[in-house]
Amino acid sequence: MAETEERLRRTMMFVPGNNPAMLKDAGIYGADSIMFDLEDAVSLQEKDAARDLVYEALKTVDYGTAEKVVRVNGVDTPFYKDDVRAMVKAGIDVIRLPKTETADMIKELVDDVAAAETEFGREEGSTHVMAAIESAKGVINANEIAAASDRMIGIALSAEDYTTDMKTHRYPDGRELEYARNVILHAARAAGIAAFDTVFTNLDDEAGLIRETKFIHQLGYDGKSVINPRQIPVINAVYAPTKAEVQNAQQVIAAIDEAHEKGSGVISLNGQMVDRPVALRAQRVMNLAKASHLVDEEGNYVEE
Amino acid sequence: MEIKKTALAGTLESSDIQITLSPATSGGIQIDLDSAVASQYGDQIKDVITTTLQGFQIENALVKAVDKGALDCVIKARTVAVAQRALEQTEPAWEVL
Repeated sequence: MAETEERLRRTMMFVPGNNPAMLKDAGIYGADSIMFDLEDAVSLQEKDAARDLVYEALKTVDYGTAEKVVRVNGVDTPFYKDDVRAMVKAGIDVIRLPKTETADMIKELVDDVAAAETEFGREEGSTHVMAAIESAKGVINANEIAAASDRMIGIALSAEDYTTDMKTHRYPDGRELEYARNVILHAARAAGIAAFDTVFTNLDDEAGLIRETKFIHQLGYDGKSVINPRQIPVINAVYAPTKAEVQNAQQVIAAIDEAHEKGSGVISLNGQMVDRPVALRAQRVMNLAKASHLVDEEGNYVEE
Repeated sequence: MEIKKTALAGTLESSDIQITLSPATSGGIQIDLDSAVASQYGDQIKDVITTTLQGFQIENALVKAVDKGALDCVIKARTVAVAQRALEQTEPAWEVL
């Protein structure tokens, strides 16, 4: 559960694992997390080449501060074990397990990751994992999956497979995803890890992307998976705090600092008590404001 | 190590390199390189391919490489893939990666 509180995960960009041009440029779009895909984006005949390519890219290309995630092939495929070993050897931050249905699948992954860390001399515990939920069974077991390991950093809804499993398909209003979205979010929050919403697949419908992002932002999701870099600034804009929110957060933080200086235990602002959730929310607003370039290094609001 | 069959890896898309590896009985590693930047980077591209193949103990081979502006890491990854395919190795080459 490392870094879960501090790290922003507004966008997780999918990058096909066998595409050198996209692997080379993946770091320039400002995605909070980059997810290299060895699974669905790679044909069966190219699984070996994609693994070699992502491995060399991870060893060579500078992806800046972005969190590096790889989606390995499923545990029931012949590629899974070597995917995990190669990515741990390359020093990946997070391994994303597709089609996660039980906590045991995560436990098996964690055992394999730990063995690979020993095999290749990586620091024990340095590789994190996350689960993609793509079926009814996965949603039903979301709580156990989210809490399956200390290495878990997040849980994601993958709606294409999920809606197929549910004998429906995706609708513009997303009502078919209501239950899964809420279950996955609660599982994530209860376990203290991140919650990622599914991709928005219609690249030509920016209004739809904004509407869906506002909705999942309201629910409390950390962010959304993206399939095209064009979607990143749109999602970031939804997550950017307003000027009023930033100013309020600044006041909360100033009031906390003042109270600490005075040695006062009770903190009040404009006659209202500042308790822990208010302070945490203020800190999160300031983190988002910094990431959105709304405030400078000292936390002063930057006028446009 | 002996190459078992002719193999190919990589594509002709931008930033990629397509490498074909065929058996040879003598003559070392012979590389036929097709690249728009051959005059500037030809030696470096061939050097990455040769070094990587030597990592597999391949001493003699015919290499056809069509470069579309690949970075060194891409050249190495494609050479590893084509070598493993030509040698019919399925376990990843941990000592070469």
